[in-house]
Amino acid sequence: MKMNGARILLECLKLEGVDTVFGYPGGTVINIYDELFSFKEIRHILPRHEQAGTHAADGFARATGRVGVAIATSGPGATNTVTGIATAYMDSIPMVIITGQVPTPLIGNDAFQEVDIIGITRPCTKHSFLVRDVKELATIIKKAFYIARTGRPGPVLVDLPKDVQIAQTEFSYPESIELRSYKPTVEGHPKQVERAMTMLLGAKKPVVYVGGGAILAEAAGELTQLCDLLGVPVTTTLMGLGAYPEDRPNALRMLGMHGSYYANMAMTYTDVLVAVGARFDDRVTGKLSTFAPHAKIIHIDVDPTSIKKNVRVDLPIVGDVKDVLARMVKEAQAHPEKVALFTSAIEPWLAEIAGWKAKHPLTYKHAAETIKPQYVIEKLRELSAPDAIISTDVGQHQMWTAQFFTFTKPRTLLTSGGLGTMGYGLPAAMGAQAAFPQRQVIAICGDGGIQMNIQEMATLVQNRLPVKIVILNNNFLGMVRQWQELFFDKRYSQTCMELPIDYIKLADAYGAKGFRATTTEEVAEVITQGFAHDGPVIMEFMIAREEKVLPMVPAGASLNEMVLNA
Amino acid sequence: MKHTISVLVENEFGVLARVSSLFSGRGFNIDSLSVAPTNDETISRITLETRGDEQILEQINKQLNKLIDVIKVIDFTDGSGVEREMALVKVTAEDESRAEVLRIVDIFRAKIIDVTPRSYTIEATGSPVKINAILELLRPLGLKELVRTGPVAIGRGSKGWKG
Ligand SMILES: Cc1cc2nc3c(=O)[nH]c(=O)nc-3n(C[C@H](O)[C@H](O)[C@H](O)COP(=O)(O)OP(=O)(O)OC[C@H]3O[C@@H](n4cnc5c(N)ncnc54)[C@H](O)[C@@H]3O)c2cc1C
Ligand SMILES: Cc1ncc(C[n+]2csc(CCOP(=O)(O)OP(=O)(O)O)c2C)c(N)n1
Ligand SMILES: [Mg+2]
Repeated sequence: MKMNGARILLECLKLEGVDTVFGYPGGTVINIYDELFSFKEIRHILPRHEQAGTHAADGFARATGRVGVAIATSGPGATNTVTGIATAYMDSIPMVIITGQVPTPLIGNDAFQEVDIIGITRPCTKHSFLVRDVKELATIIKKAFYIARTGRPGPVLVDLPKDVQIAQTEFSYPESIELRSYKPTVEGHPKQVERAMTMLLGAKKPVVYVGGGAILAEAAGELTQLCDLLGVPVTTTLMGLGAYPEDRPNALRMLGMHGSYYANMAMTYTDVLVAVGARFDDRVTGKLSTFAPHAKIIHIDVDPTSIKKNVRVDLPIVGDVKDVLARMVKEAQAHPEKVALFTSAIEPWLAEIAGWKAKHPLTYKHAAETIKPQYVIEKLRELSAPDAIISTDVGQHQMWTAQFFTFTKPRTLLTSGGLGTMGYGLPAAMGAQAAFPQRQVIAICGDGGIQMNIQEMATLVQNRLPVKIVILNNNFLGMVRQWQELFFDKRYSQTCMELPIDYIKLADAYGAKGFRATTTEEVAEVITQGFAHDGPVIMEFMIAREEKVLPMVPAGASLNEMVLNA
Repeated sequence: MKHTISVLVENEFGVLARVSSLFSGRGFNIDSLSVAPTNDETISRITLETRGDEQILEQINKQLNKLIDVIKVIDFTDGSGVEREMALVKVTAEDESRAEVLRIVDIFRAKIIDVTPRSYTIEATGSPVKINAILELLRPLGLKELVRTGPVAIGRGSKGWKG
């Protein structure tokens, strides 16, 4: 059937299984919106800012594992998506961003609301397309989704000129797509897997270091199976939290700059380190020259550029984490006697780790007079649903969430790790809530970052998305203040927010509900009330203003040089 | 160390920008670059010269391969290819130096492609080493303008790329 480009786009989205998009109209996408008006199969959510729309698509993708979709008009609409795209790119999140573009004859003419969005986003997209002919549109959309979700996932931008949206052609959607220049390696090389198992089972002090790749690959099941079979200690990056249940005895929780003392000590003394979909980020390794100095390193990653990028690797396995772990499980099951030897050989190591755990657990000092943020996080865990989805903003509250929430399921923590984007928390929660209307979705934010996309309160109320917003209010840009305290002589330059905001009134103004706790006793009550309210809610906790995130590896120090209490 | 790398890419809009912004964005060097379609006109061949230690070259190779439009990356530094470059050189050629220029051109089997009373323009092709050598000799005579293509490379025998 003949259709115009705008309609073809919607038909393609439908065939890709897209049921929700986040978008904002404007001149160069008005034709898409006109088609959308009568297109019932796709739910469109109108955010109050394109950045938030893009984060919402990202939150939707992280919570579901599906490709998130955002739409923006050309020019300022498109540039507003850039932070959202870069955020998704750094954390390898599958998204397709559709931007309107000025009509093809005007491209390059500095036309009204023209920007070279392909050029602007080239360094922060996995790939991008400018559609120049309506006949190419369906194939390009097919490619965009395929590229976004396969291999190492990432955002793909499709720039769609207005005249292409109007032009008509016969619609047919390709069943499948083959790209001769893009063939990600999924299957791990069997010989390498075998060698890896031999290396691992020969270890006396093994550690499995799990990253976001394990979640992206939907490999939590295989991971848990392997680690439980071997009884091996497991530590997770910020992005990996939830891939392995943190409440297990062999869970070492998060490693790195604000990781646990015992995870970082284990990294320092391990003799075989298995990196599973993790990219040796500088927040994780500390000083590179002293990183895991005694370890042989096995690195499983679907992206060859992640391997040997910043640390030496003894045994690389290029492939999908899920496939490789399943092969490793098989290997282990085939050699029960070796596994038995291994589990007894690592007993002294487990005892050593237990010693570190006992000596310096993740903890904090209670205070009668003020609310400790860590306590709020613990209470949130206790009072929330077991399958609650948590998003965070960026800063101290993010680290306290990572340290104290105890994540046990994949895709229950949505957080901007690689880019560290303030303003992410609320819109990401909005995206997750749109995907899962029945689940509890909690956005844990700081008083700084919440202001960066606070306008989305309106979207929550309008679309009946009952996100529970938690503000840990220290009236500081706390994370920066902490650095100023520790490394800049307490010169709190521009980190005190000065003007307090009445969040109860603010919630009220948007038609939502606000609660505030100023004492420790009120914490549980506020959380209970907030959770019980059936619409969107702000819960504000006036926390100890100068509380620090500890332990901490100072920038440039080795992992075993942690500041435990300062 | 210098490396000459061939990158086979989809002959599509914007591909060169992706390759060059990869180099600039990651702080890799490009010393020279040339691009043209191959025998199969849906494929373009980029030849570029870059530098770096082994680890950097490994990253360059992997990062190029990661670009969606890149079909194949071939590093010819191991001697598996033959390299040629062309230079157009305008040199001062007056009085006694005219004969000297001609002698050099002859020795290097180069060609004179433009003549004026005060200058010769020379076309020289050969390995980059040969081009450097002829330039060494021409420079003292008064080199006015120099254009180099940078090397292109092709695999020896069955090495390289078909098409
Ligand atoms: C304020 C702040 C503090 C931080 N402090 C810490 C900290 O203390 N500790 C910490 O860990 N992080 C911390 N981070 C986060 C940090 O910046 C990085 O984002 C994070 O460490 C990267 O996690 P990752 O290595 O799991 O990589 P990710 O970014 O999740 O990368 C995933 C890797 O897996 C690969 N992959 C993807 N899909 C697959 C697949 N299907 N199969 C195989 N491989 C796949 C990818 O190629 C990539 O290499 C902090 C961030 C902020 C903002
Ligand atoms: C968009 C953006 N701007 C600046 C920063 C730098 N930054 C990181 S954490 C932080 C402070 C965040 O303050 P707040 O939201 O109150 O959280 P807190 O640290 O107090 O918990 C800042 C400014 C950032 N990460 N993102
Ligand atoms: Mg704050």
